[in-house]
Amino acid sequence: MSERIRVMLGAEPQKPAVISPEAREWHAMKRVNKEDFLAMKEHARQHGVVSHKWRNRRWAVLLFCNLLFTFSFWLDIQLLEGALTASRFAGFHLIDLNSALQVMLAHKHIIVNLFIGTATVFFLWVLLGGRSFCSWVCPYHLVAEWFEWLHLKLVDKKLVSDHQFHRGARTLFWLLFSALALVTGYTLFETLSPTGILSRALIYGPSLALGWVLLLLMFEVFYSRRAWCRYVCPIGLTYGMVGTLSPVRVMYRLEHCFHEGDCKKVCLVPHVLDMVVKGRAEHTEVPVGPDCTRCGLCVDVCPSGALQFDVKGLSRML
Amino acid sequence: MSELPERSDDEELQPPPGAQRPKAPVRKEAARRRFIRTAALACGVVGVSLAGWIPVASAQKTRLRPPGALEEHDFLSSCIKCGQCVQVCPVAAIKLGDLDEGFGIGVPYIDARNQACDFSCDAVQCILACPTGALTYKKPEFAQKRAGMKLSRDPVLKAKAKDAEPTLNLKERIGVARLAHPEACLAVQGKGFKGQARGANFKGTMRYMEVDRWKPVPVRDHPYERAVCDLCVSECPIQDAIKLEEFTGADGSKRHRPVVLEQCVGCGVCEMICPVEPAAIVVDERQEWKA
Ligand code: SF4
Ligand code: SF4
Ligand code: SF4
Ligand code: SF4
Repeated sequence: MSERIRVMLGAEPQKPAVISPEAREWHAMKRVNKEDFLAMKEHARQHGVVSHKWRNRRWAVLLFCNLLFTFSFWLDIQLLEGALTASRFAGFHLIDLNSALQVMLAHKHIIVNLFIGTATVFFLWVLLGGRSFCSWVCPYHLVAEWFEWLHLKLVDKKLVSDHQFHRGARTLFWLLFSALALVTGYTLFETLSPTGILSRALIYGPSLALGWVLLLLMFEVFYSRRAWCRYVCPIGLTYGMVGTLSPVRVMYRLEHCFHEGDCKKVCLVPHVLDMVVKGRAEHTEVPVGPDCTRCGLCVDVCPSGALQFDVKGLSRML
Repeated sequence: MSELPERSDDEELQPPPGAQRPKAPVRKEAARRRFIRTAALACGVVGVSLAGWIPVASAQKTRLRPPGALEEHDFLSSCIKCGQCVQVCPVAAIKLGDLDEGFGIGVPYIDARNQACDFSCDAVQCILACPTGALTYKKPEFAQKRAGMKLSRDPVLKAKAKDAEPTLNLKERIGVARLAHPEACLAVQGKGFKGQARGANFKGTMRYMEVDRWKPVPVRDHPYERAVCDLCVSECPIQDAIKLEEFTGADGSKRHRPVVLEQCVGCGVCEMICPVEPAAIVVDERQEWKA
């Protein structure tokens, strides 16, 4: 686990030092019968169904959550009041963990409701997977996903290329924004957060701040793929840390994998899928690390079902 | 250009035979470029976030904050920018700041001339809604306090004057009214007022007890007819906050002038209702009351 946390904070994934005997056997098998292996792989590929099951479910959930805020306010049904940064669901306080952190550091005074809301959300996301907040709730994730499609089209046409940054930058931003909140007493990150800006725009109407969000999207389209989520956003890291405790994750099963690497191509955080590289898996089943947003794109794309959602203790429930 | 070669032993991911793996200096160069890019990104993002300080420092926008707001710096640091206060206000007096307010983005304010807080919620609902204590009935010990912010008596809400508990829970003012343009004031000129206070296109609403106890109605649907204009005095929701005082004009005629009293909480209803353009009476946000 500590290795996975290191990778989340920005370290390059390392080859495992020890590989279990069973996993070793599988790795060997895949090397020995190359012909058979390729035939099986071809077979799996032809029978693999390209599905968008998880993506569609996820988009539906994301839109539902965000529009519930909007309609609660517009239609005055008072079911979910507030915005993503802080809200009340049927009277229960819910407070975004990263916003709560920023306010607590800046204001240095925690009232009961703030504490209750933060604790509730903390336990909620421990249960639901941590960074699943990113892909299942965050409105910026969705628009960035749509613009990413444009970026990939342009890369395909060789009109732009993806400029990568060091992933450790996000850890640095997390520390910097925390320190700045503590020292200046202003919640600096909230000024920039496209998550907050989009959520408020959906509820309270458009704002100038949407220009900043558009700028970020353009940066991602023309310069660096998913740059905000990959290299900057401290919200992702906050929820990632919560997710280290979570039972919900994606599970990798070595025996089903043909190592074509489609999963790494669709993944927002491909460093968590290092075990799919041939010879890397240290066990026959490897859970994907906490930086995974549980978006399910890899689950959808894998032609042989090697990646599946899994709940610790309730294995193969999904 | 930035694709670092995969350090993998997977045949499929390796360069085809013939093609050579990039040589070490190339990879080093790529790593160096990535480092510079990352440093630039870090400076860029932090720089942009610090730019939010400019509007705050130059105080281009001094805003009237909702009732119970902490002092400006504490308010900006404690508000989580959720808008729950916006959602509960029956007259939609509260708006959220935009990007041009820097750190004030997403932070609530009241533009009293367009829509003042008339306390038609009775219980200062916005304070009840606030999850972080940015709006609060009672200031915490450590919070900085402004002289003259505390009211000497609990304000009595005219609408509740006959109730068992007629006061607002609020003990502090958010600003204070001031007759900014006495020469423009109709009462000072000895004039009356007839018609829609702010014209036919004004969107503001207000609670009129005689119309509906719980439902604010548009101001334009409630025309006035006064021999001497006293709208600011009659529509002020707080008891003993403002009165009309008689005086003798230069020409010896009987004139009146609105006088703001110590119970003024700074809600801004007087500024909203004042029929002259621009308003003769305005609210100075976060100001203390002076005799
Ligand atoms: S106190 Fe004023 S601003 Fe607050 S909810 Fe009531 S009417 Fe609106
Ligand atoms: S309810 Fe409180 S935290 Fe939320 S926007 Fe209003 S003042 Fe800020
Ligand atoms: S005098 Fe004006 S600002 Fe003061 S309480 Fe009355 S209406 Fe509000
Ligand atoms: S409402 Fe305006 S014009 Fe009328 S008395 Fe008050 S300040 Fe003067």
